[in-house]
Amino acid sequence: MKLGVVVFPGSNCDHDTYHVLKKVVKAKVEYIWHKETGLNFFDAIILPGGFTYGDYLRVGAVARFSPVMKEVVKFANSGGPVLGICNGFQILLEAGLLPGSLITNDHLRFRCQDVYIKVANNKSCFTKCYESNQVLKMPIAHYSGNYFADKETIEKLEGEDSIVFQYCSSNGDVVPEANPNGSMLNIAGILNEDKNVLGMMPHPERAAEKILGSEDGLGIFNSLLGKN
Amino acid sequence: MWLAKVIVSYKTGILDPEAKAIYNALISFHEGILSEGYQDINKIEVGKYFQISFSDTVNREKAEELTKQACDKILSNPVIQKYKFQLEEVSK
Repeated sequence: MKLGVVVFPGSNCDHDTYHVLKKVVKAKVEYIWHKETGLNFFDAIILPGGFTYGDYLRVGAVARFSPVMKEVVKFANSGGPVLGICNGFQILLEAGLLPGSLITNDHLRFRCQDVYIKVANNKSCFTKCYESNQVLKMPIAHYSGNYFADKETIEKLEGEDSIVFQYCSSNGDVVPEANPNGSMLNIAGILNEDKNVLGMMPHPERAAEKILGSEDGLGIFNSLLGKN
Repeated sequence: MWLAKVIVSYKTGILDPEAKAIYNALISFHEGILSEGYQDINKIEVGKYFQISFSDTVNREKAEELTKQACDKILSNPVIQKYKFQLEEVSK
């Protein structure tokens, strides 16, 4: 299994993600420059966090047109697993691979802190290493992480079991006090209908080594690699 | 009721990296964005749009004066930005 980490101008979590995949979970991984147009050699694609194109126009709006994205859309539509972390999530939304939008945090502050998230769906290829309703500790670092969608979209997400992570308290209660940005239904991560595309605001790659305070993010990469 | 529609943008010659990045994306990724005609796009400018509504007691003259003050004092930085606005009479 070979994973690809896409590098856009302004990506800044690409090296962290690569490091965790290569050195911690010992996977085969390569960088993919955003002008690449062939993804045939990859089994999963990761869009890392960052501030692609300076967040100009709207977060993710310019990166979504980078040449590689046409291939990422094709890859996802043919069932290939695609994970978008933070800015990667924002790009997936702009590209139409996931529904809804991420708007400015309701309190207008950049939030860089640890949060707790609940695994609301542990049946996807990204979350099968977790228990159902398991509480994970991971950092967030964003200004536009406030998930918004119209009523029909929210209902569809709920009906399809596509809400995969929700901000919660340390004991797993999904309450307003645990919501760091104003996201509807405390949404921290969603899946597409076919469950092969995941977008999430928290950073699993920053929670993959004990020395950094949490290993709770490892489950996502291990799930992708088919480990138990 | 009077309504002011204000556009604030950079003065000519002031570097606007945002506009430049959007223009470059449009031109270099044209196949993903525009099917043709991209070579006819010379420049993109980015600005901010504001809408100010006034109370019924404010006449056109007063609305114009208040809009100018708002533009000069907060909506634009006269060192690097220019503004233009139009006033419209609307029913509530």
